[in-house]
Amino acid sequence: MRTIAATEIVKAVRDMCIHANHFQPADVRKCIKDGEAKEDSPTAKEVFRQLAENIDLAEKTALPLCQDTGLAVLFVSVGQDVHIDGNLTEAINEGVRKGYGEGFLRKSACHPFTRKNTGDNTPAVIHYDIVPGDKVRISLMAKGGGAENMSRVMMLAPAAGWEGVKEFVLKRVAESRSNPCPPILIGIGIGGTFEHSAKLAKLALMRKVDDVNPDPDLAAKETELLGLVNKLGIGPMGLGGKQTALSLKIEMTPCHIASLPLAVNIQCHSSRHEEVEL
Amino acid sequence: MATHELKAPLSDADARMLRSGDVVYLTGTIYTARDAAHKKLVELLDQGKELPLDLKGAVIYYVGPSPAQPGHVIGSAGPTTSYRMDSFAPRLHSLGVKASIGKGIRNDAVKQSLKDYGCVYFGATGGAGALLSACIKEAEVIAFEEMGPEALRKLRVERLPVLVINDSVGGELYVMPDLKAVGLG
Ligand code: SF4
Repeated sequence: MRTIAATEIVKAVRDMCIHANHFQPADVRKCIKDGEAKEDSPTAKEVFRQLAENIDLAEKTALPLCQDTGLAVLFVSVGQDVHIDGNLTEAINEGVRKGYGEGFLRKSACHPFTRKNTGDNTPAVIHYDIVPGDKVRISLMAKGGGAENMSRVMMLAPAAGWEGVKEFVLKRVAESRSNPCPPILIGIGIGGTFEHSAKLAKLALMRKVDDVNPDPDLAAKETELLGLVNKLGIGPMGLGGKQTALSLKIEMTPCHIASLPLAVNIQCHSSRHEEVEL
Repeated sequence: MATHELKAPLSDADARMLRSGDVVYLTGTIYTARDAAHKKLVELLDQGKELPLDLKGAVIYYVGPSPAQPGHVIGSAGPTTSYRMDSFAPRLHSLGVKASIGKGIRNDAVKQSLKDYGCVYFGATGGAGALLSACIKEAEVIAFEEMGPEALRKLRVERLPVLVINDSVGGELYVMPDLKAVGLG
């Protein structure tokens, strides 16, 4: 049994919160930097130019990429041969508290009805998974509200099939138009139950832009649907253009014979995530 | 599609001559307010109380900035999604507010109020919070401090780059999604 001190978790989470909000991951960074050349309209080009400059500024200065530094969403895989010396959930929340406090990040967590801010961006949204081994893997996503608000879960009739999935996703993106700060990334969860599809959609957003689905059928579906999304012409900031979405990933699992759960999780271009293994 | 250098507060004539697609560099005084501050402002109006800002010609920036680091006047400061302020905007326009800055589509009532009162809706680039922050030279919380990022702030901006999305004559810059192209039209 390997022991990991809770203080180590606190530090790792703190650092991830700060780093994620200043440095866009290399895959999305590349899409933004290459984006201007792929557009024809001057307005679309100008949006990409501003976003590229914004990335440089956030790297060079102390300013976060976006003022909405998100709710902290964490996927934590805990090896079954690891003993955490301390309270794991409390350590993660303490890491978020320190990261958002010491990193001058915006605290966006509030009471649903009174809207009173919790003051330290906790509680974080934490998903645990027990895995073989003696390591702890933590993936963090700083999830902004604007794009999250455009996300939906839909319990389709099984007969709707892939055509029904495509129609729902396309209509969702079309209705969202400029709201989620396109160019967007799209995470799709199919199957499982109501809540499981939503979790799968979020996990799909954790995949890199150039990651190819190991299931050839799903890989083909991802390419097909991304192509269709980009035919909508919404473009960067909804001002028209070729790049409405930079990536579309699908995670799928079996479901009940009566159901076809579908979750569409929308992520803005300010896709901020980090991963660490302890 | 013209480019203008304009002063804020915005004059009625300036607001009315703008057209969708125009690029505007705003210099002067603007105010920040988002969900909670709007709710509060409308409550004050309902109670007949005095507002903490002068609405005449006012430009309201929908933003909840991140905290300022030492040596900075403000943190990252890009626009938030505007539709959440749709229920408040027409009333504010009727009282003198000339423009709002945000991102994302507005409803028909807001677009109608732009026509009724000669106002505009500006879009700033969502997610370009670091870039836009550089145009903010002074920032001061003038009300609702307890709201943290949602507090009402007075900003002095220099050449803040915005785009006219909706103008006072019914112009619209956001494109309609091409559902026909994907067989759903
Ligand atoms: S949707 Fe994303 S990029 Fe846009 S304001 Fe929200 S967090 Fe920032």
